[in-house]
Amino acid sequence: MDRQYKVVHCKINGKEVEKIVDMRASLTDMLRNDYRLTSVKKGCEVGECGACTVIIDGEGFNSCIYMAVWAEGKEIWTLEGLTGPGGELSDIQQAFVDEGAIQCGFCSPGFIMTSWEIVNSGREYTDDELRKALSGHLCRCTGYENIFRAVKKTMLRRLGKKKEAELVNSQGITEYPEPMPFK
Amino acid sequence: MYDIKALYEATSVQHAIELLQEHPEAQILAGGSDVLVQVREGRRAGVELVSIYMLDELRGVSIDEEENIRIGSLTSFSHITNDPIIQKYINVLGEAVDMVGGPQIRAIGTIGGNTCNGVTSADSASTLTAWEAIIEITGPEGVRRVPIKDFYIKAKVVDLKPGEIQTAILIPKSSYDRCYGHYIKYAMRNALDITTTGCSVNVRLTEDKKKIERVRIAYGVAAPIPMRAYTAEEFLNGKTINEKNIKKFSEMVLEDVNPRNSWRASRALRRHISVVMAERALRDSIEQAGGVING
Ligand SMILES: Cc1cc2nc3c(=O)[nH]c(=O)nc-3n(C[C@H](O)[C@H](O)[C@H](O)COP(=O)(O)OP(=O)(O)OC[C@H]3O[C@@H](n4cnc5c(N)ncnc54)[C@H](O)[C@@H]3O)c2cc1C
Ligand code: FES
Ligand code: FES
Repeated sequence: MDRQYKVVHCKINGKEVEKIVDMRASLTDMLRNDYRLTSVKKGCEVGECGACTVIIDGEGFNSCIYMAVWAEGKEIWTLEGLTGPGGELSDIQQAFVDEGAIQCGFCSPGFIMTSWEIVNSGREYTDDELRKALSGHLCRCTGYENIFRAVKKTMLRRLGKKKEAELVNSQGITEYPEPMPFK
Repeated sequence: MYDIKALYEATSVQHAIELLQEHPEAQILAGGSDVLVQVREGRRAGVELVSIYMLDELRGVSIDEEENIRIGSLTSFSHITNDPIIQKYINVLGEAVDMVGGPQIRAIGTIGGNTCNGVTSADSASTLTAWEAIIEITGPEGVRRVPIKDFYIKAKVVDLKPGEIQTAILIPKSSYDRCYGHYIKYAMRNALDITTTGCSVNVRLTEDKKKIERVRIAYGVAAPIPMRAYTAEEFLNGKTINEKNIKKFSEMVLEDVNPRNSWRASRALRRHISVVMAERALRDSIEQAGGVING
Protein backbone atom coordinates (compact mmCIF):
# COMPACT_ATOMS: atom_id res chain seq x y z
CA MET A 1 0.00 0.00 0.00
CA ASP A 2 1.29 3.42 -0.90
CA ARG A 3 1.80 5.90 1.87
CA GLN A 4 -1.13 8.28 2.28
CA TYR A 5 -0.55 11.96 2.91
CA LYS A 6 -2.85 14.94 3.28
CA VAL A 7 -2.52 18.70 3.64
CA VAL A 8 -3.92 19.75 7.00
CA HIS A 9 -4.74 23.42 7.67
CA CYS A 10 -5.39 24.59 11.18
CA LYS A 11 -4.70 27.32 13.68
CA ILE A 12 -2.04 26.48 16.23
CA ASN A 13 -1.38 28.84 19.14
CA GLY A 14 -3.16 31.63 17.31
CA LYS A 15 -1.36 31.21 13.97
CA GLU A 16 -2.84 29.84 10.74
CA VAL A 17 -0.64 26.98 9.54
CA GLU A 18 -0.68 24.13 7.05
CA LYS A 19 1.52 21.11 6.42
CA ILE A 20 1.50 17.82 4.61
CA VAL A 21 0.82 15.14 7.17
CA ASP A 22 1.13 11.36 7.13
CA MET A 23 -2.42 9.96 7.40
CA ARG A 24 -1.22 7.49 10.06
CA ALA A 25 -0.01 10.25 12.36
CA SER A 26 -1.61 11.06 15.68
CA LEU A 27 -2.07 14.70 16.60
CA THR A 28 0.78 14.24 19.10
CA ASP A 29 3.04 13.11 16.22
CA MET A 30 2.05 16.11 14.12
CA LEU A 31 2.52 18.68 16.88
CA ARG A 32 5.85 17.26 18.06
CA ASN A 33 7.45 16.21 14.77
CA ASP A 34 6.05 18.67 12.24
CA TYR A 35 5.70 21.73 14.47
CA ARG A 36 8.35 21.02 17.12
CA LEU A 37 5.84 21.63 19.90
CA THR A 38 7.52 19.27 22.32
CA SER A 39 5.53 20.37 25.35
CA VAL A 40 3.03 17.79 24.07
CA LYS A 41 4.31 14.68 25.80
CA LYS A 42 4.12 11.05 24.81
CA GLY A 43 3.14 9.28 28.01
CA CYS A 44 0.92 6.23 27.84
CA GLU A 45 -0.31 6.97 24.30
CA VAL A 46 -3.63 5.25 25.09
CA GLY A 47 -5.67 8.05 26.64
CA GLU A 48 -5.02 7.28 30.30
CA CYS A 49 -2.48 9.82 31.58
CA GLY A 50 -3.25 13.21 30.01
CA ALA A 51 0.42 14.12 29.34
CA CYS A 52 -0.46 14.84 25.70
CA THR A 53 -3.46 17.11 26.43
CA VAL A 54 -4.04 20.04 24.10
CA ILE A 55 -7.01 22.36 23.75
CA ILE A 56 -9.02 21.92 20.55
CA ASP A 57 -11.81 24.43 19.87
CA GLY A 58 -11.95 25.26 23.58
CA GLU A 59 -12.00 21.72 24.96
CA GLY A 60 -9.17 19.54 26.30
CA PHE A 61 -8.35 16.40 24.29
CA ASN A 62 -5.72 13.69 24.56
CA SER A 63 -3.77 14.27 21.35
CA CYS A 64 -2.39 10.70 21.46
CA ILE A 65 -5.77 9.22 20.53
CA TYR A 66 -6.68 11.84 17.94
CA MET A 67 -5.86 11.56 14.24
CA ALA A 68 -3.67 14.37 12.93
CA VAL A 69 -5.97 14.77 9.90
CA TRP A 70 -8.85 15.62 12.23
CA ALA A 71 -7.02 18.87 13.05
CA GLU A 72 -8.28 20.26 9.73
CA GLY A 73 -10.02 23.57 10.40
CA LYS A 74 -9.52 23.36 14.16
CA GLU A 75 -8.07 25.87 16.60
CA ILE A 76 -5.42 24.20 18.74
CA TRP A 77 -3.51 25.48 21.77
CA THR A 78 -0.45 23.92 23.33
CA LEU A 79 1.65 25.07 26.27
CA GLU A 80 3.98 27.02 23.94
CA GLY A 81 1.07 29.32 23.14
CA LEU A 82 0.65 30.40 26.75
CA THR A 83 3.96 32.20 27.20
CA GLY A 84 4.50 35.81 26.23
CA PRO A 85 6.70 36.97 23.31
CA GLY A 86 9.80 37.09 25.52
CA GLY A 87 9.06 33.72 27.08
CA GLU A 88 7.24 35.26 30.06
CA LEU A 89 5.19 32.74 31.98
CA SER A 90 1.41 33.08 32.08
CA ASP A 91 -0.38 33.33 35.43
CA ILE A 92 -1.25 29.64 35.50
CA GLN A 93 2.31 28.56 34.70
CA GLN A 94 3.69 30.92 37.35
CA ALA A 95 1.24 29.47 39.89
CA PHE A 96 2.51 25.94 39.14
CA VAL A 97 6.04 27.20 39.85
CA ASP A 98 5.06 29.10 42.99
CA GLU A 99 3.08 26.26 44.50
CA GLY A 100 5.69 23.59 43.82
CA ALA A 101 3.28 21.86 41.46
CA ILE A 102 6.11 20.70 39.20
CA GLN A 103 8.69 18.07 40.04
CA CYS A 104 9.90 15.99 37.10
CA GLY A 105 7.62 18.08 34.90
CA PHE A 106 6.42 15.35 32.59
CA CYS A 107 2.75 15.76 33.45
CA SER A 108 2.95 19.55 33.74
CA PRO A 109 2.20 20.72 30.18
CA GLY A 110 -0.91 18.55 30.01
CA PHE A 111 -2.05 19.57 33.49
CA ILE A 112 -1.48 23.23 32.69
CA MET A 113 -3.54 23.03 29.49
CA THR A 114 -6.52 21.57 31.36
CA SER A 115 -6.01 24.15 34.11
CA TRP A 116 -5.94 26.90 31.49
CA GLU A 117 -9.28 25.67 30.14
CA ILE A 118 -10.65 25.82 33.70
CA VAL A 119 -9.39 29.32 34.54
CA ASN A 120 -10.44 30.65 31.12
CA SER A 121 -14.02 29.47 31.65
CA GLY A 122 -14.73 32.38 33.98
CA ARG A 123 -16.59 29.98 36.24
CA GLU A 124 -15.94 29.37 39.90
CA TYR A 125 -15.56 25.62 40.34
CA THR A 126 -16.22 23.98 43.70
CA ASP A 127 -13.35 21.90 45.10
CA ASP A 128 -15.10 18.72 43.97
CA GLU A 129 -15.68 20.09 40.48
CA LEU A 130 -12.03 21.10 40.25
CA ARG A 131 -10.87 17.62 41.24
CA LYS A 132 -13.18 16.08 38.68
CA ALA A 133 -11.99 18.47 35.97
CA LEU A 134 -8.37 17.51 36.71
CA SER A 135 -9.04 13.78 37.00
CA GLY A 136 -7.93 12.99 33.45
CA HIS A 137 -4.27 13.50 34.38
CA LEU A 138 -1.80 11.33 36.22
CA CYS A 139 1.16 12.72 38.17
CA ARG A 140 3.66 10.35 39.74
CA CYS A 141 5.59 13.02 41.66
CA THR A 142 3.63 15.78 43.35
CA GLY A 143 0.76 13.99 45.04
CA TYR A 144 -1.64 16.38 43.29
CA GLU A 145 -2.26 18.76 46.20
CA ASN A 146 0.16 21.40 44.95
CA ILE A 147 -1.36 21.19 41.49
CA PHE A 148 -4.84 21.53 42.90
CA ARG A 149 -3.77 24.60 44.87
CA ALA A 150 -2.13 26.24 41.87
CA VAL A 151 -5.30 25.87 39.81
CA LYS A 152 -7.63 26.95 42.58
CA LYS A 153 -5.61 30.04 43.42
CA THR A 154 -5.32 31.09 39.77
CA MET A 155 -9.03 30.55 39.27
CA LEU A 156 -9.83 32.74 42.28
CA ARG A 157 -7.38 35.46 41.20
CA ARG A 158 -8.85 35.54 37.73
CA LEU A 159 -12.28 35.99 39.31
CA GLY A 160 -10.95 38.98 41.20
CA LYS A 161 -10.97 37.08 44.51
CA LYS A 162 -7.38 37.82 45.50
CA LYS A 163 -8.13 37.67 49.24
CA GLU A 164 -9.77 34.26 48.97
CA ALA A 165 -6.82 32.99 46.94
CA GLU A 166 -4.52 33.84 49.84
CA LEU A 167 -6.76 31.90 52.23
CA VAL A 168 -6.23 28.62 50.36
CA ASN A 169 -4.25 26.45 52.79
CA SER A 170 -1.63 23.82 51.98
CA GLN A 171 -4.36 21.18 51.57
CA GLY A 172 -6.11 23.37 49.04
CA ILE A 173 -8.99 24.24 51.36
CA THR A 174 -10.10 27.85 51.67
CA GLU A 175 -9.59 28.64 55.34
CA TYR A 176 -11.68 31.58 56.39
CA PRO A 177 -10.54 33.37 59.54
CA GLU A 178 -12.77 32.81 62.56
CA PRO A 179 -15.55 33.74 62.89
CA MET A 180 -16.76 32.64 59.43
CA PRO A 181 -17.69 35.71 57.43
CA PHE A 182 -21.14 35.67 55.92
CA LYS A 183 -21.25 35.60 52.15
CA MET B 1 2.33 6.89 14.09
CA TYR B 2 -0.52 4.41 14.31
CA ASP B 3 0.03 0.96 12.89
CA ILE B 4 -2.79 1.18 10.36
CA LYS B 5 -2.90 0.11 6.76
CA ALA B 6 -5.02 2.97 5.49
CA LEU B 7 -7.34 5.72 6.64
CA TYR B 8 -10.24 6.75 4.44
CA GLU B 9 -12.00 9.95 5.37
CA ALA B 10 -15.72 10.13 4.77
CA THR B 11 -17.18 13.48 3.70
CA SER B 12 -20.84 12.48 4.10
CA VAL B 13 -22.87 9.54 5.42
CA GLN B 14 -23.41 8.37 1.85
CA HIS B 15 -19.68 8.59 1.16
CA ALA B 16 -18.93 6.60 4.31
CA ILE B 17 -21.26 3.83 3.15
CA GLU B 18 -19.55 3.79 -0.27
CA LEU B 19 -16.12 3.64 1.36
CA LEU B 20 -17.22 0.72 3.52
CA GLN B 21 -18.49 -1.10 0.45
CA GLU B 22 -15.32 -0.38 -1.51
CA HIS B 23 -13.16 -1.58 1.38
CA PRO B 24 -15.05 -4.49 2.92
CA GLU B 25 -12.26 -5.13 5.45
CA ALA B 26 -12.33 -1.58 6.79
CA GLN B 27 -13.64 -0.74 10.24
CA ILE B 28 -15.49 2.40 11.28
CA LEU B 29 -13.53 5.01 13.23
CA ALA B 30 -15.63 7.50 15.21
CA GLY B 31 -13.89 9.19 18.18
CA GLY B 32 -11.35 6.36 18.26
CA SER B 33 -11.14 6.03 22.04
CA ASP B 34 -11.71 2.29 21.67
CA VAL B 35 -10.35 1.74 18.16
CA LEU B 36 -7.11 3.73 18.37
CA VAL B 37 -6.29 2.26 21.78
CA GLN B 38 -6.75 -1.23 20.34
CA VAL B 39 -4.55 -0.31 17.38
CA ARG B 40 -1.84 0.71 19.87
CA GLU B 41 -2.29 -2.49 21.85
CA GLY B 42 -1.87 -4.51 18.65
CA ARG B 43 -5.37 -5.96 18.80
CA ARG B 44 -6.41 -3.97 15.76
CA ALA B 45 -2.96 -3.34 14.31
CA GLY B 46 -2.70 -3.15 10.54
CA VAL B 47 -6.39 -2.37 9.98
CA GLU B 48 -8.01 -0.18 7.37
CA LEU B 49 -10.21 2.51 8.88
CA VAL B 50 -13.06 4.61 7.54
CA SER B 51 -13.15 7.79 9.61
CA ILE B 52 -16.58 9.31 10.14
CA TYR B 53 -15.30 11.74 12.79
CA MET B 54 -15.52 14.81 10.55
CA LEU B 55 -19.23 14.30 9.75
CA ASP B 56 -20.71 17.17 11.76
CA GLU B 57 -24.18 16.26 10.45
CA LEU B 58 -24.07 13.34 12.93
CA ARG B 59 -23.53 15.66 15.91
CA GLY B 60 -26.06 17.31 18.19
CA VAL B 61 -29.27 16.71 20.10
CA SER B 62 -32.70 17.77 18.83
CA ILE B 63 -36.41 16.93 19.06
CA ASP B 64 -37.60 15.58 15.72
CA GLU B 65 -41.07 15.92 14.12
CA GLU B 66 -42.27 12.72 15.85
CA GLU B 67 -41.23 14.31 19.18
CA ASN B 68 -38.41 11.81 19.65
CA ILE B 69 -35.24 13.05 21.30
CA ARG B 70 -32.69 12.58 18.53
CA ILE B 71 -29.04 12.21 19.52
CA GLY B 72 -26.62 12.19 16.59
CA SER B 73 -24.31 9.20 16.89
CA LEU B 74 -21.15 11.32 16.92
CA THR B 75 -22.30 13.54 19.77
CA SER B 76 -19.57 13.44 22.41
CA PHE B 77 -20.24 12.66 26.04
CA SER B 78 -19.38 16.18 27.20
CA HIS B 79 -21.80 17.70 24.68
CA ILE B 80 -24.57 15.32 25.77
CA THR B 81 -24.10 16.28 29.42
CA ASN B 82 -24.21 20.00 28.59
CA ASP B 83 -27.16 19.79 26.22
CA PRO B 84 -30.34 21.61 27.37
CA ILE B 85 -32.70 19.01 25.80
CA ILE B 86 -30.92 16.17 27.61
CA GLN B 87 -30.95 18.14 30.85
CA LYS B 88 -34.66 18.81 30.57
CA TYR B 89 -35.98 15.39 29.49
CA ILE B 90 -33.42 12.71 30.26
CA ASN B 91 -30.93 14.22 32.67
CA VAL B 92 -29.86 10.78 33.85
CA LEU B 93 -28.23 10.09 30.46
CA GLY B 94 -26.13 13.25 30.81
CA GLU B 95 -25.16 12.15 34.33
CA ALA B 96 -24.31 8.62 33.20
CA VAL B 97 -22.01 9.68 30.38
CA ASP B 98 -20.39 12.21 32.72
CA MET B 99 -18.97 9.19 34.57
CA VAL B 100 -17.07 7.89 31.53
CA GLY B 101 -13.25 7.97 31.80
CA GLY B 102 -11.99 11.49 32.50
CA PRO B 103 -12.76 14.88 30.90
CA GLN B 104 -10.56 14.37 27.83
CA ILE B 105 -12.18 10.98 27.12
CA ARG B 106 -15.61 12.58 27.45
CA ALA B 107 -14.56 15.18 24.87
CA ILE B 108 -13.66 12.56 22.26
CA GLY B 109 -15.85 9.53 23.09
CA THR B 110 -19.12 9.35 21.18
CA ILE B 111 -22.41 7.78 22.16
CA GLY B 112 -22.41 5.90 18.85
CA GLY B 113 -19.08 4.29 19.66
CA ASN B 114 -20.25 3.51 23.18
CA THR B 115 -23.15 1.43 21.83
CA CYS B 116 -21.60 0.02 18.62
CA ASN B 117 -18.71 -1.51 20.60
CA GLY B 118 -21.30 -3.90 22.07
CA VAL B 119 -19.71 -3.62 25.50
CA THR B 120 -21.93 -4.35 28.50
CA SER B 121 -19.94 -2.05 30.81
CA ALA B 122 -20.40 0.98 28.52
CA ASP B 123 -21.72 3.76 30.73
CA SER B 124 -24.51 4.87 28.38
CA ALA B 125 -25.71 1.32 27.73
CA SER B 126 -27.89 0.64 30.77
CA THR B 127 -29.57 4.03 30.64
CA LEU B 128 -30.32 3.74 26.92
CA THR B 129 -31.64 0.23 27.57
CA ALA B 130 -33.78 1.40 30.48
CA TRP B 131 -35.25 4.20 28.31
CA GLU B 132 -35.94 1.82 25.41
CA ALA B 133 -33.85 3.78 22.92
CA ILE B 134 -34.31 3.19 19.20
CA ILE B 135 -31.14 2.82 17.15
CA GLU B 136 -31.18 4.46 13.71
CA ILE B 137 -28.95 2.72 11.20
CA THR B 138 -28.15 3.99 7.71
CA GLY B 139 -26.79 1.63 5.08
CA PRO B 140 -26.75 0.77 1.40
CA GLU B 141 -30.43 -0.17 1.65
CA GLY B 142 -31.46 3.06 3.36
CA VAL B 143 -32.46 3.79 6.93
CA ARG B 144 -33.78 1.26 9.42
CA ARG B 145 -34.63 1.46 13.12
CA VAL B 146 -34.05 -1.21 15.73
CA PRO B 147 -35.01 -1.26 19.41
CA ILE B 148 -31.85 -1.24 21.52
CA LYS B 149 -32.67 -4.62 23.07
CA ASP B 150 -32.43 -6.18 19.59
CA PHE B 151 -29.40 -4.08 18.59
CA TYR B 152 -27.25 -5.89 21.15
CA ILE B 153 -26.80 -9.47 19.92
CA LYS B 154 -24.09 -10.86 22.16
CA ALA B 155 -20.93 -9.60 23.86
CA LYS B 156 -19.18 -7.22 21.43
CA VAL B 157 -21.61 -8.01 18.60
CA VAL B 158 -24.33 -5.59 17.52
CA ASP B 159 -26.82 -5.60 14.68
CA LEU B 160 -24.78 -3.74 12.06
CA LYS B 161 -24.57 -5.27 8.59
CA PRO B 162 -21.75 -4.62 6.13
CA GLY B 163 -21.80 -1.01 4.94
CA GLU B 164 -24.07 0.14 7.76
CA ILE B 165 -23.46 3.03 10.12
CA GLN B 166 -25.31 3.98 13.25
CA THR B 167 -26.54 7.52 12.56
CA ALA B 168 -28.67 8.39 15.58
CA ILE B 169 -30.14 7.24 18.86
CA LEU B 170 -33.80 8.12 19.40
CA ILE B 171 -35.75 8.28 22.63
CA PRO B 172 -39.50 8.22 21.86
CA LYS B 173 -41.81 10.61 23.71
CA SER B 174 -43.76 7.69 25.21
CA SER B 175 -40.46 6.71 26.79
CA TYR B 176 -39.26 10.03 28.23
CA ASP B 177 -42.52 11.84 28.99
CA ARG B 178 -42.82 12.53 32.77
CA CYS B 179 -40.00 10.06 33.49
CA TYR B 180 -37.24 10.58 36.02
CA GLY B 181 -34.23 8.38 36.43
CA HIS B 182 -30.98 7.71 38.21
CA TYR B 183 -27.81 5.84 37.23
CA ILE B 184 -25.29 4.30 39.59
CA LYS B 185 -21.83 3.32 38.40
CA TYR B 186 -20.08 0.98 40.80
CA ALA B 187 -16.32 1.03 40.20
CA MET B 188 -13.13 1.04 42.22
CA ARG B 189 -12.05 4.61 41.40
CA ASN B 190 -14.00 7.81 40.80
CA ALA B 191 -12.33 8.48 37.45
CA LEU B 192 -10.81 6.47 34.63
CA ASP B 193 -12.28 3.17 35.67
CA ILE B 194 -14.49 0.63 33.97
CA THR B 195 -17.86 -0.09 35.56
CA THR B 196 -17.97 -3.19 37.78
CA THR B 197 -21.75 -3.11 37.56
CA GLY B 198 -23.99 -0.26 36.44
CA CYS B 199 -27.68 0.20 37.18
CA SER B 200 -30.14 2.64 35.65
CA VAL B 201 -33.69 3.07 36.96
CA ASN B 202 -36.48 5.39 35.87
CA VAL B 203 -40.05 5.89 37.00
CA ARG B 204 -43.23 7.59 35.95
CA LEU B 205 -45.65 8.14 38.83
CA THR B 206 -49.43 8.36 38.80
CA GLU B 207 -51.07 11.81 38.92
CA ASP B 208 -51.40 11.73 42.74
CA LYS B 209 -47.72 10.65 43.07
CA LYS B 210 -48.72 7.76 45.30
CA LYS B 211 -48.19 4.91 42.87
CA ILE B 212 -45.65 3.79 40.34
CA GLU B 213 -47.25 4.00 36.90
CA ARG B 214 -44.20 2.49 35.19
CA VAL B 215 -40.74 1.54 36.33
CA ARG B 216 -37.86 0.40 34.15
CA ILE B 217 -34.53 -0.94 35.35
CA ALA B 218 -31.52 -1.98 33.32
CA TYR B 219 -28.03 -3.19 34.16
CA GLY B 220 -24.62 -3.19 32.60
CA VAL B 221 -22.26 -6.05 33.49
CA ALA B 222 -25.05 -8.15 34.95
CA ALA B 223 -24.98 -10.23 31.76
CA PRO B 224 -22.89 -10.28 28.54
CA ILE B 225 -25.07 -7.51 27.11
CA PRO B 226 -27.04 -4.72 28.81
CA MET B 227 -30.29 -6.12 30.18
CA ARG B 228 -33.60 -5.23 31.84
CA ALA B 229 -34.89 -6.85 35.01
CA TYR B 230 -38.45 -7.37 33.78
CA THR B 231 -39.70 -9.54 36.66
CA ALA B 232 -39.02 -6.79 39.18
CA GLU B 233 -40.53 -4.17 36.87
CA GLU B 234 -43.75 -6.17 36.42
CA PHE B 235 -44.05 -6.56 40.16
CA LEU B 236 -43.78 -2.83 40.90
CA ASN B 237 -45.88 -1.43 38.05
CA GLY B 238 -49.13 -0.03 39.45
CA LYS B 239 -48.04 -0.58 43.06
CA THR B 240 -48.17 1.90 45.92
CA ILE B 241 -44.90 3.58 46.85
CA ASN B 242 -43.95 2.10 50.20
CA GLU B 243 -40.95 0.51 51.92
CA LYS B 244 -42.22 -3.02 51.49
CA ASN B 245 -42.66 -2.69 47.75
CA ILE B 246 -39.31 -0.98 47.26
CA LYS B 247 -37.53 -3.79 49.12
CA LYS B 248 -39.40 -6.50 47.27
CA PHE B 249 -38.61 -4.85 43.92
CA SER B 250 -34.91 -4.69 44.73
CA GLU B 251 -34.74 -8.33 45.75
CA MET B 252 -36.65 -9.42 42.68
CA VAL B 253 -33.94 -8.15 40.33
CA LEU B 254 -32.11 -11.38 41.19
CA GLU B 255 -34.71 -13.30 39.21
CA ASP B 256 -33.18 -11.78 36.06
CA VAL B 257 -29.63 -10.57 36.62
CA ASN B 258 -27.01 -13.16 35.86
CA PRO B 259 -23.53 -11.70 36.37
CA ARG B 260 -20.37 -13.69 36.06
CA ASN B 261 -17.11 -13.95 37.93
CA SER B 262 -14.34 -11.84 36.46
CA TRP B 263 -11.06 -10.48 37.70
CA ARG B 264 -12.88 -7.22 38.37
CA ALA B 265 -15.44 -8.71 40.76
CA SER B 266 -17.07 -11.96 41.76
CA ARG B 267 -20.56 -13.06 40.78
CA ALA B 268 -21.54 -12.93 44.45
CA LEU B 269 -20.44 -9.31 44.83
CA ARG B 270 -22.19 -8.31 41.61
CA ARG B 271 -25.43 -9.98 42.73
CA HIS B 272 -25.23 -8.25 46.07
CA ILE B 273 -24.62 -4.79 44.65
CA SER B 274 -27.32 -5.30 42.00
CA VAL B 275 -29.90 -5.37 44.79
CA VAL B 276 -28.42 -2.41 46.65
CA MET B 277 -28.13 -0.34 43.47
CA ALA B 278 -31.72 -1.13 42.45
CA GLU B 279 -33.00 0.16 45.76
CA ARG B 280 -30.89 3.31 45.81
CA ALA B 281 -31.54 4.21 42.17
CA LEU B 282 -35.28 3.60 42.64
CA ARG B 283 -35.47 5.81 45.72
CA ASP B 284 -33.63 8.59 43.95
CA SER B 285 -35.87 8.34 40.89
CA ILE B 286 -39.04 8.43 43.01
CA GLU B 287 -37.77 11.46 44.86
CA GLN B 288 -36.96 13.30 41.61
CA ALA B 289 -40.45 12.49 40.32
CA GLY B 290 -41.92 14.17 43.41
CA GLY B 291 -43.13 10.96 45.03
CA VAL B 292 -43.26 10.30 48.74
CA ILE B 293 -42.51 6.98 50.33
CA ASN B 294 -45.30 6.32 52.83
CA GLY B 295 -45.01 3.47 55.26
C1 LIG C 1 -8.77 6.00 29.13
C2 LIG C 1 -10.12 5.52 28.69
C3 LIG C 1 -11.15 5.42 29.62
C4 LIG C 1 -12.40 4.96 29.24
N1 LIG C 1 -13.39 4.91 30.19
C5 LIG C 1 -14.63 4.51 29.84
C6 LIG C 1 -15.68 4.49 30.82
O1 LIG C 1 -15.49 4.81 31.98
N2 LIG C 1 -16.92 4.09 30.41
C7 LIG C 1 -17.18 3.74 29.12
O2 LIG C 1 -18.31 3.40 28.83
N3 LIG C 1 -16.21 3.74 28.19
C8 LIG C 1 -14.93 4.13 28.51
N4 LIG C 1 -13.94 4.14 27.57
C9 LIG C 1 -14.22 3.60 26.23
C10 LIG C 1 -14.60 4.58 25.13
O3 LIG C 1 -14.22 5.90 25.44
C11 LIG C 1 -16.09 4.58 24.86
O4 LIG C 1 -16.55 3.29 24.57
C12 LIG C 1 -16.49 5.52 23.71
O5 LIG C 1 -17.86 5.71 23.72
C13 LIG C 1 -16.11 5.01 22.35
O6 LIG C 1 -16.55 5.96 21.39
P1 LIG C 1 -15.63 6.38 20.18
O7 LIG C 1 -16.39 7.36 19.37
O8 LIG C 1 -14.31 6.80 20.67
O9 LIG C 1 -15.56 4.96 19.43
P2 LIG C 1 -14.52 4.32 18.44
O10 LIG C 1 -13.33 3.87 19.16
O11 LIG C 1 -14.33 5.19 17.26
O12 LIG C 1 -15.41 3.06 17.99
C14 LIG C 1 -15.83 2.06 18.88
C15 LIG C 1 -16.47 0.90 18.10
O13 LIG C 1 -17.72 1.27 17.56
C16 LIG C 1 -17.72 1.28 16.14
N5 LIG C 1 -18.43 2.50 15.77
C17 LIG C 1 -18.24 3.74 16.32
N6 LIG C 1 -19.14 4.62 15.86
C18 LIG C 1 -19.92 3.94 15.00
C19 LIG C 1 -21.06 4.30 14.19
N7 LIG C 1 -21.57 5.54 14.22
N8 LIG C 1 -21.61 3.35 13.42
C20 LIG C 1 -21.12 2.08 13.41
N9 LIG C 1 -20.07 1.68 14.15
C21 LIG C 1 -19.47 2.59 14.93
C22 LIG C 1 -16.27 1.23 15.73
O14 LIG C 1 -16.11 0.54 14.52
C23 LIG C 1 -15.66 0.46 16.90
O15 LIG C 1 -15.83 -0.90 16.74
C24 LIG C 1 -12.65 4.60 27.90
C25 LIG C 1 -11.63 4.71 26.96
C26 LIG C 1 -10.37 5.17 27.33
C27 LIG C 1 -9.29 5.28 26.31
S1 FES D 1 -0.02 10.15 26.30
FE1 FES D 1 -2.00 10.72 25.74
S2 FES D 1 -3.12 10.26 27.50
FE2 FES D 1 -1.18 9.43 27.98
S1 FES E 1 5.69 16.23 38.13
FE1 FES E 1 6.45 14.27 37.64
S2 FES E 1 4.68 13.31 36.84
FE2 FES E 1 3.89 15.11 37.59
